[in-house]
Amino acid sequence: MSKLLTLTLNGRERVDAVADNVLLLDYLREVVGLTGTKTCCDGGECGACTVLADDEPVLACLCLANACAGRRIETVEALGESGRLAPIQQGFHEKLGAQCGFCTPGLIMAAEGLLRRNPRPNEDEIRAALSSNICRCTGYVKIIEAVQWAAGLGAAEKPS
Amino acid sequence: MSDAPAPSGAIGAYVPLLDGPEKVTGAAKYTADFLAPDALCGRILRSPSSHAEIVKLDVAAARRLPGVKAVVTGADCATPFGVLPIAMNEFPLARERVRYRGEPLAAVAALDEATAVRALGLIELELKALPAYYTADEARAPEATDLHAERPGNIERDVVYELGQVERGFAKAALVREASYRCAEVYQVQTETHAALADYDALRDRLAVHCTTQVPFYVHLMLARCLAMDKARIRVIKPHIGGGFGARTETLNVELICALLARAAGGKVRLVTSREETFITHRGRPEQAVTLKIGMAKDGRVLAVDCETVQRGGAYSGYGIVTILYAGSLLNAIYAIDNVRYHGTRVLTNTPPCGAMRGHGTVNVRFAFEALLDTMAAELGLDPFAVRRANLLRAPTRTANDLLVNSYGLPECLDRVEQASGWQARKRKLGQGRGLGMACSHYVSGASKPVHWTGEPHATVNLKLDFDGSIVLLTGAPEIGQGSSTVLAQIAAEVLGVALARIRVVAGDSELTPKDNGAYSSRVTVMVGNATVAAAENLKRRLAAAAARALDCAPEDIEIEGETFRASSQDQGLDFDEVVTAALKEAGTITVSGNYSTPPEAQGGKAYRGATVGSTVAFSYAAQVVEVSVDEETGQVTVEKVWVAHDCGKALNRLAVEGQVQGSVWMGMGQALSEETGYFQGLPLAANMLDYRVPTIAESPPIEVQIVESNDPLGPFGAKEAGEGSLAGFLPALANAVVDAIGLRVTELPLTPDRVLRALDRQRRAREREAARAARQKT
Ligand code: FES
Ligand code: FES
Repeated sequence: MSKLLTLTLNGRERVDAVADNVLLLDYLREVVGLTGTKTCCDGGECGACTVLADDEPVLACLCLANACAGRRIETVEALGESGRLAPIQQGFHEKLGAQCGFCTPGLIMAAEGLLRRNPRPNEDEIRAALSSNICRCTGYVKIIEAVQWAAGLGAAEKPS
Repeated sequence: MSDAPAPSGAIGAYVPLLDGPEKVTGAAKYTADFLAPDALCGRILRSPSSHAEIVKLDVAAARRLPGVKAVVTGADCATPFGVLPIAMNEFPLARERVRYRGEPLAAVAALDEATAVRALGLIELELKALPAYYTADEARAPEATDLHAERPGNIERDVVYELGQVERGFAKAALVREASYRCAEVYQVQTETHAALADYDALRDRLAVHCTTQVPFYVHLMLARCLAMDKARIRVIKPHIGGGFGARTETLNVELICALLARAAGGKVRLVTSREETFITHRGRPEQAVTLKIGMAKDGRVLAVDCETVQRGGAYSGYGIVTILYAGSLLNAIYAIDNVRYHGTRVLTNTPPCGAMRGHGTVNVRFAFEALLDTMAAELGLDPFAVRRANLLRAPTRTANDLLVNSYGLPECLDRVEQASGWQARKRKLGQGRGLGMACSHYVSGASKPVHWTGEPHATVNLKLDFDGSIVLLTGAPEIGQGSSTVLAQIAAEVLGVALARIRVVAGDSELTPKDNGAYSSRVTVMVGNATVAAAENLKRRLAAAAARALDCAPEDIEIEGETFRASSQDQGLDFDEVVTAALKEAGTITVSGNYSTPPEAQGGKAYRGATVGSTVAFSYAAQVVEVSVDEETGQVTVEKVWVAHDCGKALNRLAVEGQVQGSVWMGMGQALSEETGYFQGLPLAANMLDYRVPTIAESPPIEVQIVESNDPLGPFGAKEAGEGSLAGFLPALANAVVDAIGLRVTELPLTPDRVLRALDRQRRAREREAARAARQKT
């Protein structure tokens, strides 16, 4: 069965006919065509599919699209405006928080969710907020630095 | 022609990756991101049995299902593929026999996923079970059935050789010790699952394949081979890649099956595998047993080494012969060791095939070696640093197995981590349950002999300069997240003295870029980097000649300062645009090439069959100190901090070098602490990201990187590899730290809590037995 799904995606209202068994992840990637959000595991194990629903990080692979009716969904494509990277994106870029970049959209959205509720997180809070996101390239050291940079904690090192 | 300092300051700086913006905005396209609404959905039927004859595989009903556009089986490809020309024994889809659980049997392309899945269910399969072997010992038993007729006894390769005089060395030694070690099989778990998008143009008989590979050139060759197509009709495109770590350094059945389906369907097929299928496709590091004997002089010098090792290779050859040769050859080239006996055996088993995982071949043997060094140093009352220092090489030199070592930053690596970690003040003083351990490691900067030896240069780079003044660097070298495209652009900018922003890199598309062997054995920076230097120098000569013509002087009088070309320091000179205009006057758009070939002296010797494996232009070196805490109640080992020093020759991009070294050390930590595949009767026990325990951010330590620059004479600007060499050292450094923390030597990896508790238990019982014996003797 399909339903008409109405939601706000990256600041735009959308209406789509979506089958009941379609995951939010597949809706975003295959129906809407926003492929920034990644599929990495067979469900709920890696965090690569993290998006924000009403500012809260959720795993798009564990969530049915139709369960998001009326919600405000944001993906990595929504961050940054008029040709500028959002601070968290800038942090991941400058600090090499992204090597292959495949885990990056999920990590950025999880970190963005953290910074929205806690703009000055300490290192333990960063670790806790990102602990369900697996990155296989970085060893996480530079990911922590990237989030700190974005939070302004690394302000001293900010290139001018 | 004189060189002024480059305006970009590119080399040696902290340069964020040029493709970083795409990655942080979600714009970067990986294989599964090419949506192609007209593409068919591909799905694979996999074997439920570990070893069986295929009695019946009937796809007629699947073919008849409406919406199914193609079904392919082993009957559609009778040509085996593989990585080594002498060891190609795998088929894209099994023929006659299956040899591991999960091996592809058939594949379907349908209008949608649901139809494809339904079609797989309609395939009738009948298998006749054969005896299956899940350990190297079972497969090697005399009565075992051969997996492959051409590999009697299930031996992929038995390597036996002796360098120097091993028995003499042992006879002279003050201390001789032998110990056995075991490392579990591990997997790369690159975050992107394997995928392919194959587009077959039936009208023109042309094939274009996007796929998740580190070696698009090898994929190109194997597509041509397995599809019996002219190479010229094939195009292979490597988009952004979500990690490799060696899982993708050989052609995988995924891209071959996708192409077979596309041709059979006469169209486009998208095949995205699940995480479980990606695990089963495997190519990880084999389970390996190492028995090592070392003879040591009183002062810590290693006088003789005898190493016997067995690898469980899985069901097909893959890189197996190379892996077992590396395990032997890289006993050398880190310390001065003249007398080495090696016996390595690679065994074929009914488990998914192993491959060339990061630190290919050397990691498990290095674990054994550095652990035994520490054990023996303790017996001789030597500090772990002292015993390494007693065995240092003196570069330039050639090793006993004829490997070239021109630069050797290991002494400095040792000094740096000893200092940074406060070793001398803190060692053995951290109290029960907390400890420090150290170890060294090394790795090649590119295998000197390519697998497919054609006589061509090892690397070729093209630079295209056009009317707009932009310089496009064309390379087949696959950017897989290691930052290769950024480093190549930095090199070109540095040589040319132009701004980094002027260079754009196009990489990994066989229709546009020159062929490259691929991203493996840490070859890109040195080989493709050197080719980039050559190409940039060629272009610079062309520009200087054009400037000289325009300014009416001799080319050697041209002074280049940044992007300005002058006849003498007085004149105003030409800006870059004017030089480009002058240069294009001759023959229009300029494309120059640069080549690199490894010099013969870096291609290894003939000491034994296969002795070229291990030969390289330059070795990287690393030393690290690991601080752990161990909870003796739970067996939990926690890594508190790592100090690592890596000799990468010259850090072309300090940011990328730090990232690579941290990633390597951390991947070593995963293998040391928690990762193992595990099978039950061939069924993978951990083919998902929960049961296969990759460390999360919660348990990952700070990793402090010291960069050591030994300036190798053959590396581009002195550079060597940075992305693999420091992995291997972590495993023994951790084991050595556990000894320091709780006095327990664990010889089996990973050091999971249950293994630590079992080892503690064994230690306790051994102590009780000892005490009882002592008491008996007293009475
Ligand atoms: S794809 Fe959603 S958690 Fe892995
Ligand atoms: S950057 Fe590659 S997985 Fe995180």
